[in-house]
Amino acid sequence: MQSSGNNSLWKTLFGDPIRAFGVVSVLLLISLAIAPAKNYFSEWRHYQHQYLKLIRGRGDAVTLQRHFDGGIHQIWLPEINAVDRCTTCHVGLKEASLSDVSTQPFRRHPTIPHTSEQFGCVMCHRGQGAATTVEEAHRSTLAWEQPILPARYVESSCGQCHHTALTGTPQLNAGRELLARAGCVRCHTIKAQDGSTMKATDDPPSLSHIADKTTREWIYAWLKDPQAYAVTAGMPNFKLTDNDARDISAFLISNSTPLPGDTVTVAAAGKAPDPTAGASLYGESFCASCHAVQNAAGNVVGGNVGPELTRVGSKVRPEWLQAWLKNPRIYDPETAMPHYRLSDEQVTMLNGFLKAKADADLLANVHLDAATPDQIAHGKLLVTEYGCASCHEISGIKKPENFAPELTRVGSKPVTQLVFLPGMQHTLPDYLSNKIRQPRAFGSALKMPQYNFTPAQIDSLTTALLSLTDRSQTLPMSLAIAAPAASHYQPAGKAGQLINDLGCFSCHAINGRGGDMAPDLTWEGSSVQRQWLTEFLKNPNTLRPALIRRMPKFNLSDSEINELTDYIMTVYQTPAFDRDSMPQAGYPAAQVEQGKQLFYSKYACQACHIIDTKTDKGYVGPTLTQVGSRLTAAWMYHWLKNPQALRPGTVEPNRNMSDEDAQALTAYMTTLKGGKPTTKASVHAMPATLEAKK
Amino acid sequence: MKKREIIFGAAAFVVLLSGCARKSAPASGPAAAAFGAAIVESSGGKQIGATGATLGQPVVVQVNDDQGTAVTGAHVEFSGPEGVTFDPAAGVTDSSGQLTTNVSLGPMAGRYQITASTFTKAQKKVDLKLDEIALGYQQEVGYQLDDKYCSRCHNPESTPEKVSNYDNLEVKPHPFTEGDTLNKMTDADLLAIISHGGPALNKSAAMPPYGYTLSKSEIQALISYIRIVSDPPFQASGMVYAQK
Repeated sequence: MQSSGNNSLWKTLFGDPIRAFGVVSVLLLISLAIAPAKNYFSEWRHYQHQYLKLIRGRGDAVTLQRHFDGGIHQIWLPEINAVDRCTTCHVGLKEASLSDVSTQPFRRHPTIPHTSEQFGCVMCHRGQGAATTVEEAHRSTLAWEQPILPARYVESSCGQCHHTALTGTPQLNAGRELLARAGCVRCHTIKAQDGSTMKATDDPPSLSHIADKTTREWIYAWLKDPQAYAVTAGMPNFKLTDNDARDISAFLISNSTPLPGDTVTVAAAGKAPDPTAGASLYGESFCASCHAVQNAAGNVVGGNVGPELTRVGSKVRPEWLQAWLKNPRIYDPETAMPHYRLSDEQVTMLNGFLKAKADADLLANVHLDAATPDQIAHGKLLVTEYGCASCHEISGIKKPENFAPELTRVGSKPVTQLVFLPGMQHTLPDYLSNKIRQPRAFGSALKMPQYNFTPAQIDSLTTALLSLTDRSQTLPMSLAIAAPAASHYQPAGKAGQLINDLGCFSCHAINGRGGDMAPDLTWEGSSVQRQWLTEFLKNPNTLRPALIRRMPKFNLSDSEINELTDYIMTVYQTPAFDRDSMPQAGYPAAQVEQGKQLFYSKYACQACHIIDTKTDKGYVGPTLTQVGSRLTAAWMYHWLKNPQALRPGTVEPNRNMSDEDAQALTAYMTTLKGGKPTTKASVHAMPATLEAKK
Repeated sequence: MKKREIIFGAAAFVVLLSGCARKSAPASGPAAAAFGAAIVESSGGKQIGATGATLGQPVVVQVNDDQGTAVTGAHVEFSGPEGVTFDPAAGVTDSSGQLTTNVSLGPMAGRYQITASTFTKAQKKVDLKLDEIALGYQQEVGYQLDDKYCSRCHNPESTPEKVSNYDNLEVKPHPFTEGDTLNKMTDADLLAIISHGGPALNKSAAMPPYGYTLSKSEIQALISYIRIVSDPPFQASGMVYAQK
């Protein structure tokens, strides 16, 4: 039956040669029509029709219509291997007048410094550029494909070429900073295109002499929960069992060797140290510029250069703290902590003040029996397994190489190589952010510890990791904008030793090395007068009344001050002009008067600076009451002409001042001598503060 | 017979459709243990974040009863315009009557109004509306520049960490949120006063010129930032034509 039915159909269609010819022709025609029909009913044509409908009703329809050019559009950039047809559907990307349109694909592209002709679309947004359907372009269906990058991580794309910190990419900058500061790069290698590796910026302490510094009980409590000791602790939580924490603490204590001089017996205080005196010494020494303390309201107040001190009394041994406050460089030659020249009495006072910052609850439930050799051996094994030596120096344990997976190209890792948790979206950004949020959820045997990042920090870190793409490694060198090379500037000689000893680089930058808490000193020798600098080092007062972070008093000897002053005045000079090229005094009275007029009227400098402490209220810039004794006339003049040329990034705007105006203002300012030189009392009496500049 | 079939079919179709419709049952949420009378903001409103990104601070809301006492166990739901996500999007208030959520804003720069709602005992929905602002690339640049240069005088709030001279100035600068004044100024006015200083518009010389310090694109970024934070919101007047 079946075969005879088929036969009859066959006969009907092809029995007769003419009819067969006709049927074949029709079939051929239909098959030829398939391609044009598919093209005609394509998605992109649909969107272009919709776009034309959208603009028809608008006020500038004619202009928009004129800009519109139908058909498939392609951006082809062989240099960066980009073939993007996104503009076929996203037709309104460049139409400024469409800023109110929120429906995709017709939104205007936000203003950015690049054009699509330069870099295409996929370089920043990922996806499949050559696709002409929504599904294929935006989602990944095949292993090598990339889904669209969610908007929250889009700054990562800037980071493929830009290795410097950009103003417009705070999230990427924060993420990169965190990768270095949270210690990620101590275990994970991240290489730049030129082969250099990203360097960590944190400073985990050496554990080789830990027994001098603290107790086994504290180590145990710290290992179990670092944030219970200090909410700002950078140490992550390794989720150790009680026994593991017991054994690691046993090993660290037994492995520790005493260091000569890092403990000093605290003189049995004949008189109990005065707690208020300790508090005021803590304040006067500006310890809070670097160290934070959690106050009763739970707010952490203070700087983050050094460790938080809320419960320091429960941690350190008084003998160790005594030696540390006397000279921190004995225990840690590389520490950021300045070597204050404190008297024994002051050290004892400060020691007593810090000892009182204790928390009885912290160690109340820690009871450890004497360690057995087995426990110590197990502790050593754990220390090796967890890679403790990646961050901390531990005698007898080598720093592990390639301890964790390299992240140089993690931003291009194919989804097929990832293991996802149930319920997670199968995308790389989701994988990365979840891995950072809860590393141990991906397997109990994993070693990566639990960090305390906020959701915004996790977004930042994910953004920074997503910038580490294959493309970032293979870009033409002409497109890559390299990060400025790290400066290893080291001042020479005796003054250089002093600069290290005082930890100047912890706050000040010189020749590209150092912190940004205090003014850049690269050209300090051209800027200030010798007499002022000597007085300032002897007794720092403040040039900026509103600042809370100030230059501490180090109690330097006269010979040390001379050494430093000589070095600064000789070496830190700008090649742009001669410090002595303008006289420090003797300007005509008329010019001085003209300068004063300019100061108060044309340039309204009193909006930011103070000259007359009774009437002026400018608390933004440094106080100028004694600027004539402080700055050289040549520096004032060149600063007024172009502040950014002398200190790039300084806040004072360039006023495009004429030579005549700058000279008159300089003449006026040289006359501002501010009365007598600073005395100790003036630190508190004078509202005008210090020399911390930005 | 046929007619009955049609009627039956139509009825079945209607039933089918209603099944497809969004769940219309009152969204009182999973059996709340308690009910409040009002919902108030604890923190997290009026934040400025980047498009698509999680806001720096979580949004914390509190449910109170009619005496103003915090209510524990009240159900709260968060909702917002397209693209806004909440983590978590709903929950019950904790022992202090509060619920915390992390908010990510949508992909377009602008103002986002998010809503936190709870139900009273009488199944009446009460809402709390909070405004958050998302910055695009250009406004983000403006925000950073404001933070570095402008906020030293234009920010009415001064903290020890971030000193502003606002209170000390005789002629008060306009905070950038002051839409009533700044919305009346055209982009050209703002460009002039930022580039050439106050005297360019016959205003105080205490506003210095920044045209020799900032580039034109930086000043434009500042203007677009000033426009986006303005309260009441800025509306460009008239038709804006494509600029070439």
